[in-house]
Amino acid sequence: MAKKRDYSLVGESTRTAIETGLASAEWYHTDVARKTMKELMQRSDGPAIRDTIIWIAAILGSAAGIVWFWGSWWVAPFLFVYGVLYGSSSDSRWHECGHGTAFRTRRMNDVVYHIASFMLMRNPVQWRWSHARHHTDTIIVGRDAEIAVMRPPDLIKAALAFTGILDFRYSLPTLVRQAFGTLSDDEKSYIPEMEQHKAVIAARWHMAVYVATIAVAIALRSWIPLVLIGLPRLYGTWHMVTTGLLQHIGLADNVTDHRLNTRTVYMNPVSRFIYWNMNYHVEHHMFPMVPYHALPKLHELIKHDLPVPNPSMWHAYREVWPVLLRQLKYEDYYLKRELPPTAKPYRGEFHDLDITAAAAE
Amino acid sequence: MAEWVEACAVDDVDEEDVIRFDHGGRTFAIYRSPDDAFFATDGFCTHEKAHLAAGLVMDDIIECPKHNGRFNYKTGQAKGAPVCVDLKTYRVKVEAGKVMIDIG
Repeated sequence: MAKKRDYSLVGESTRTAIETGLASAEWYHTDVARKTMKELMQRSDGPAIRDTIIWIAAILGSAAGIVWFWGSWWVAPFLFVYGVLYGSSSDSRWHECGHGTAFRTRRMNDVVYHIASFMLMRNPVQWRWSHARHHTDTIIVGRDAEIAVMRPPDLIKAALAFTGILDFRYSLPTLVRQAFGTLSDDEKSYIPEMEQHKAVIAARWHMAVYVATIAVAIALRSWIPLVLIGLPRLYGTWHMVTTGLLQHIGLADNVTDHRLNTRTVYMNPVSRFIYWNMNYHVEHHMFPMVPYHALPKLHELIKHDLPVPNPSMWHAYREVWPVLLRQLKYEDYYLKRELPPTAKPYRGEFHDLDITAAAAE
Repeated sequence: MAEWVEACAVDDVDEEDVIRFDHGGRTFAIYRSPDDAFFATDGFCTHEKAHLAAGLVMDDIIECPKHNGRFNYKTGQAKGAPVCVDLKTYRVKVEAGKVMIDIG
């Protein structure tokens, strides 16, 4: 029987990943001519400025609607829109600006990154480093700090994730702990020592704003300040989870080919605006230098070498569900997605896990 | 002590671009700036072992292809997380259409 996975970043799986060469490994990349890649990587402020103006205007407009209609049922659609903009679309803004690819101007990336980090209750320093690790060691057990659904999957936890409750319960106490100057062993494993004090300072700034918000709410004897700041992390997070879970769930772990552990899903234009095209997730992991607005072009260019994308989120979840059920019994089981005949085959090393026995059960 | 080696021909590097140059078991990155000057640095990012030659040159910045860490390739200065350690730079000269770097 296979050994149980140890998801700690300083445990046995960590040692194994380093010893077997899975950590910081060379990953597969589809061949793209340098000239073409240079064109795809080009940065521009224009698309992100346009999208950010729309984003902020929609946030302010829906916030005004919440304040205006507070106390009546008419507030519901405004809460719905505001919640998704605050609690979900901030994730993609955090992500793209963290990579530094959304805007050409570094300062613009940094400003939006810090605002989005606050909205998400994420320490901007800690998460910059955890995401760097996620790209170095994507879904490598014991190394990747951002594995959303571990094996065997906890389906109740996964379902609760859509409500934001679990993430809220993790994020807020984490910020409080960090604000008091304590970083966990896992956090210390990926935040360089010279950056650790910055993580503490960032957590203190976030906590200061939350304390001020609570003070204002008490002074005004109103829930509105908390409904606008902090609580959207609960009621607006469902879209982020719906799209984000699909990035890697049910696919392989401990491999060095993003075609095996990452999923591209076609999505409707509204979700793509909220998600900033991160539905092209294999493409993003293979070439993180390509800005979100160029991902559809990149997808067209390399799709001959990738598994066929899921045609919808619904399709992807239907595909994943039986895999999760099987992983309850056999945590080594995963969905190995077929490559088109035009693609280069998967490499043998790390990728030839025997899933036949588990599949037959 | 200076040790000049021929890295490439001038025309091998596009304007505002970078190429890789391997010599004696070491890897370097050769840059051509938008104002047509040449520069050289170590070939690997100081954060993790990624070839900077696959990165993006923007003005005087090279962005690493792996985690988007940025350096000033003229000075080697790391421009912020996830790169914290400066890049080693090398002297460059152009002679008879060839780019020479001092690896000494």
